Amino acid sequence: MKAPGYSEGLVYALVGNPNCGKTTLFNALTGLRQKVGNYPGVTIERKEGEFYSQHGVRLRVIDLPGAYSLNARSPDEAILRDVLLGRRPDTPRPDRIVCVVDASNPERNLYLFTQILELGVPVILVLNMVDVAERNGLRFDVERLAERFGVPVIPMVASQKKGLVELKVAMSRQELPSPKPLLDAMPVPVRGALVRARENLAAAGIVAATASPLEPLYLISGHDPTHYGIAPAAVAMIRLGREQLEREVPGWEDRLVAARYDAIHAALESVVRRPESASATLTDKLDTVLLHKVWGWLALAGTLGFLFYLIFSVVEIPVGWIESGFSALTAKITGTSEVPGWMPDGDLRSLLTDGVISGVSGVIVFLPQILILFFFIGFMEDTGYMARVAFLMDRIMSRVGLTGKSFLPILGSHACAVPGVMAARTIESPRDRLITILVAPLAACSARLPVYLLLIAALVPGKAVPAPMKAGILTGLYAAGIAGVFCFAWLFNKKLLPGAPSAMILELPAYKMPSFGNIARQMAGRAWMFIRRAGTVILGLSILLWGASTYPKLRNADGSLSEDKSAALAHSAAGRLGHAIEPVIRPMGADWKIGIGLISSFAAREVFVSTMSVIYNVEAEDDDDGTRRLRDRLAAERRPDGTPVYTPALCASLMVFFVFAMQCLSTIAVVRRETHSWKWPLFQLAYLTGTAWLLATAAYQLISSLSS
Amino acid sequence: MNRRRCPLSTLLPGETGVIVTLPEGAPSLTRLREMGLLPGTRVEFIRRAPMGDPVEIGVRGALLSLRDAEASLIEVETERAGVK
Repeated sequence: MKAPGYSEGLVYALVGNPNCGKTTLFNALTGLRQKVGNYPGVTIERKEGEFYSQHGVRLRVIDLPGAYSLNARSPDEAILRDVLLGRRPDTPRPDRIVCVVDASNPERNLYLFTQILELGVPVILVLNMVDVAERNGLRFDVERLAERFGVPVIPMVASQKKGLVELKVAMSRQELPSPKPLLDAMPVPVRGALVRARENLAAAGIVAATASPLEPLYLISGHDPTHYGIAPAAVAMIRLGREQLEREVPGWEDRLVAARYDAIHAALESVVRRPESASATLTDKLDTVLLHKVWGWLALAGTLGFLFYLIFSVVEIPVGWIESGFSALTAKITGTSEVPGWMPDGDLRSLLTDGVISGVSGVIVFLPQILILFFFIGFMEDTGYMARVAFLMDRIMSRVGLTGKSFLPILGSHACAVPGVMAARTIESPRDRLITILVAPLAACSARLPVYLLLIAALVPGKAVPAPMKAGILTGLYAAGIAGVFCFAWLFNKKLLPGAPSAMILELPAYKMPSFGNIARQMAGRAWMFIRRAGTVILGLSILLWGASTYPKLRNADGSLSEDKSAALAHSAAGRLGHAIEPVIRPMGADWKIGIGLISSFAAREVFVSTMSVIYNVEAEDDDDGTRRLRDRLAAERRPDGTPVYTPALCASLMVFFVFAMQCLSTIAVVRRETHSWKWPLFQLAYLTGTAWLLATAAYQLISSLSS
Repeated sequence: MNRRRCPLSTLLPGETGVIVTLPEGAPSLTRLREMGLLPGTRVEFIRRAPMGDPVEIGVRGALLSLRDAEASLIEVETERAGVK
């Protein structure tokens, strides 16, 4: 049923500054009728939803990334610009725009609004969080604002759905008034130069002849080196136009900004009653503590300590459920000596249990960590604390050319690089984000711990390693990882991706109660994205590795399959590969058996322990006894000349190797997913494993020569 | 009243000043202008991060963090501390 006078199928874009409550409004409007995907080629979420107006009219809503200006300075802002200008083939040009403004901070928020007004599309202005604004003494004369800008103005408290009905009614109106742009505020020489620039670009077919004179202005924004959706030839033309503009009207950009703020100021003077005296807000009071020289660090340490407790300790509970669930499933299939399994022994069963099920379980097992880390990040972002963490940590990260925003992804990588790399999405600067992703796997993730413990145990043959020595070595290994993070971040900043460091202009938003609905949606979206995009790659590679360690099969003289697991592994492709790489790993003191361990632990580092158990035919049990048996077996291992294999030099060499090497195909899959190419994960693999080999060799040779 | 001109980065916590000049053309400063830092705008220096950089300022009802590198380019006119 379509009510007369209302429009069907209109596309609305939802725009606004970061932290203006736009996502809350989007969720309030569309409820569960939303699709979350990705803009092709960039790691930016594309959120679209629909809702039926009070009159049963279906309307589409695109939730665009938060932005301060159409002069894009980050990939997020470039998406906003390109969608609004109709320059993305994957997204329709919006018919209308809802501009959300944080009413407690109207001047800065209205800056983007003044740009939106000039796009020639009907606009609805939402004054969100009017309750906060009123508490701060700001009152709006809604009718006069509407008259000044020529657009409907809806006061709202989106988190309480106040004003939602009024907004829906306005959005379903067939006719919306044409906005009154503030173009008259533009300095005359600037406007003249812009019109000429537009004509040149229109003649070259880069913009439509009917484009607003401001459209080329946004396209020739010098802050955005990527120019999504614009042909390279056009970019050169646009650069030329910008240089010409700069010559004709030096400082035109800054003059234009000043003109806009003058216009906003004039518009607000008549409608906003300012508070007589500003009293200290809750945000001021909280910041006095949370950014304090002493209390601030304590609060940060407490918060991060709690995060570590969650991702190291609490996460074990669901991980335990997942692992026991999958091993119960495997047991059902294979059966026991008393109960027959669902499938007879054979290649197919082996593929299913050791390949597919262990691959799927290897994907699912990451979910608790991803969910916990993204709950935490969502909570910190929603409350406003995230920006404070970046503020506190910026100084340290700036030493290596990054900003405070890289801190949390790297910290999270100490639990697991997979969610850590995904968390790098919160970094706007593409360069900083890439450097962060490249160094994240150096952080000592929890999968290294079992390997470290085994190697430390093997270090002193025949007896237990004293606790202080164990703790000292472990600390050293973690410190080596952190040193690696900073050294390589510094190196990449200087050599690989030189350029001006990011300016780190960061808004510290007012603290507010988090919306658990928003956080849950984000967690679910990230988890699903991981399963769908990275999970498939992880599963595929797991099956490949299973195949390599299973085939070709070792048969006895009578043609039956060998029961000797160790010999069978040595006979398999992985085993042969172990032999093949022996010349390469010999300088670091390793033999082909260790080579097999290194190859199989490429799936995940902790697999090294179980593979070595198979190779040496030690009953693998995940307890102290198991480690001790394996340790004693390692100590007994001899070279052909009778000298021990597992010398302190080899143990040290392997430890160093595991500090640096990219022994994790899940991380490779996630980096591929997050950087949209194989280039960066392969580069990462090469530089990390190359460094690992060099340093491990150096350690082995040095310690060997000292002890001989 | 004792007025003086100085870079924004040299204000003390709690001091306010009115922006006199921002160099034109630098991309990071253009973004600061877009966020409302213009000649004539009143800014409050709120605090330094515990490690000395970046700094937090209040401008047009919002709290912004910027580094010393940018803050030192912005010249403000301020009344002497304590007069506030």
